[in-house]
Amino acid sequence: MDWGAIASGVLLGAGALLLIVGGIGINRFPHFYSRLHAAGVIDTLGAALVLAGLAPVFGMTLGTLKLALVLVFLLFTSPTACHALARSAHLSGLREPRSAQEPPSSQN
Amino acid sequence: MLLAAGVAILVAMGLALLRTLLGPTIWDRILAVNSFGTKTVLLIALIGAFAGRTDYLDVALLYALINFLGTVALMKYIETAPPDDAPGERN
Repeated sequence: MDWGAIASGVLLGAGALLLIVGGIGINRFPHFYSRLHAAGVIDTLGAALVLAGLAPVFGMTLGTLKLALVLVFLLFTSPTACHALARSAHLSGLREPRSAQEPPSSQN
Repeated sequence: MLLAAGVAILVAMGLALLRTLLGPTIWDRILAVNSFGTKTVLLIALIGAFAGRTDYLDVALLYALINFLGTVALMKYIETAPPDDAPGERN
């Protein structure tokens, strides 16, 4: 029984599932900030799982080292990009629609 | 399993493209394009694993770099010059 192939399949399957869920999330969530949550959180974990699932395919070669490099880079840049997006949207005045318990006149 | 993961990544890319086309604000579009770029990196790495070559991983790494740089550059631009046609509640 090839344990490497099994581990690769499980990780790839979980990562692909998360990517699909994230894709549905950025289409179904109502506001920009909730879409940011879906894309940021799920893309980070989904990318990590897919890249980890590719590692057993390459085995103990230079390819796995490069995969780890891509993974580390994505893990650093994805939250940074999300933060830049949220900061830009907030500074430009994009606000979520107010919730029901908050009186609508509080902004003025 | 590699093939199934590739198809799933392509479907997720299509969903991100849909949000890029629909997105009401400019930030929605940039978010979707950034997500699309991340999935492109994964697809390139997966094609490299499919072909059994490590050269593709260099391309994937470079693509991730340029994707991040592009997003941050766009964000700095939007931050200092908010587009007038971006709908959304302003204060």
